[in-house]
Amino acid sequence: MTRVSILGGSGYGGGELLRILLSHPHVTVSQVTSRGLAGKSVGRAHPNLRGHTGLKFSDPGDLQPCDLLFLAMPHGKASGSWDDLEPLAERFIDLSADFRLDDAESYARFYGTHPRPDVNSTFTYGLAEVNRDAIRGASRVATGGCNATVSILALLPFFEQGLVHLDRTVIDVKVGSSEGGADPNEGSHHPVRSGTVRPYRPTGHRHTAEIEMILGRHGAARVHLSVTAIEMVRGAAALAHIFLKETLTERDIWGILRARYDDEPFVRIVSERTGVYRFPEPKLLAGTNYCDIGFELDANSERLVVVAAIDNLVKGSAGQAVQAMNLMMGWDETAGLGFPGLHPI
Amino acid sequence: MPVLTTIECPVCWGGVNVSADVMLSELLDCGDCGAELEVTALSPALQLAEAPMSAEDWGE
Repeated sequence: MTRVSILGGSGYGGGELLRILLSHPHVTVSQVTSRGLAGKSVGRAHPNLRGHTGLKFSDPGDLQPCDLLFLAMPHGKASGSWDDLEPLAERFIDLSADFRLDDAESYARFYGTHPRPDVNSTFTYGLAEVNRDAIRGASRVATGGCNATVSILALLPFFEQGLVHLDRTVIDVKVGSSEGGADPNEGSHHPVRSGTVRPYRPTGHRHTAEIEMILGRHGAARVHLSVTAIEMVRGAAALAHIFLKETLTERDIWGILRARYDDEPFVRIVSERTGVYRFPEPKLLAGTNYCDIGFELDANSERLVVVAAIDNLVKGSAGQAVQAMNLMMGWDETAGLGFPGLHPI
Repeated sequence: MPVLTTIECPVCWGGVNVSADVMLSELLDCGDCGAELEVTALSPALQLAEAPMSAEDWGE
């Protein structure tokens, strides 16, 4: 068994990572750290895992070497303490934004000057659907952001085929409260948060840079991203408006999506004619590593509306990290990620 | 039940498996897009058409 540890395991992303890893057929979780909960059962932070494991949180200073170390800390922590982390493992997977962007200028635009550009260049972007071969050969992977992941997967087939006006893409992502993390703040206070439809980033969201980095492989892509917090705990649902350079039929769109995603184990085309769940619905994906993608062509324009949904904590974070680990280690890419979700929920 | 043939869905152009003993007017579901399909002809070629749907009111 491969020994893995989680640095920063008391947050929601770390908790989901632990949940998945505890059932993974090829790994043993050696340590999970939390400075504030050191010595306490992991069930203290993740009550769904009570009785499922005897693990207790370790102090980060007591972290021992392992085969693969997951970094699930707030942005800026991994890059800021890299010299202490590097001797601890041969392989790393970082769930934060520290090493996602390969362009220092883009990083500076949204996060400030990168403290370790020398280390940043050693990390590989971890979204399997766009970087599978590179991940297979990597020892350091940075997973994608949740809003970026759902947006990239929605748009990628059309940018790859050169079908899109590159500067006219608008993405509206609705997100759940878990994107805000486990630490409470004024905005997460129940009377404030409950029932809200809060456009918390109409423009200037950090994940814009990441989306443009990946779609920019296929031309000078510019995307216009807005993110709205809604009454939901888990989930990110993207409604992307793209404007096609040529007239396409529904049959064309089906063909493009099938050609791109039929072999992907965690991408499903969901665009049904009947029923209640005709388009991707994030609540059905809670706990799963799926990204569901649907579409509708505007009969009166060249607009194509692409709808996509994920669980922000799984495909948008922990599940994506485990999928990347499976590739890095040469295992079945789907190992540990077979949960199909719940219905009704 | 033996599969007679795979025929193209008229809604999403995916493959719909049709069994050997299919009957005229029988209703089938497309596994890809979920459309309800009606068998409208058995010969000279098997034909499927989207079955009539009751309209939904989504508050529009």
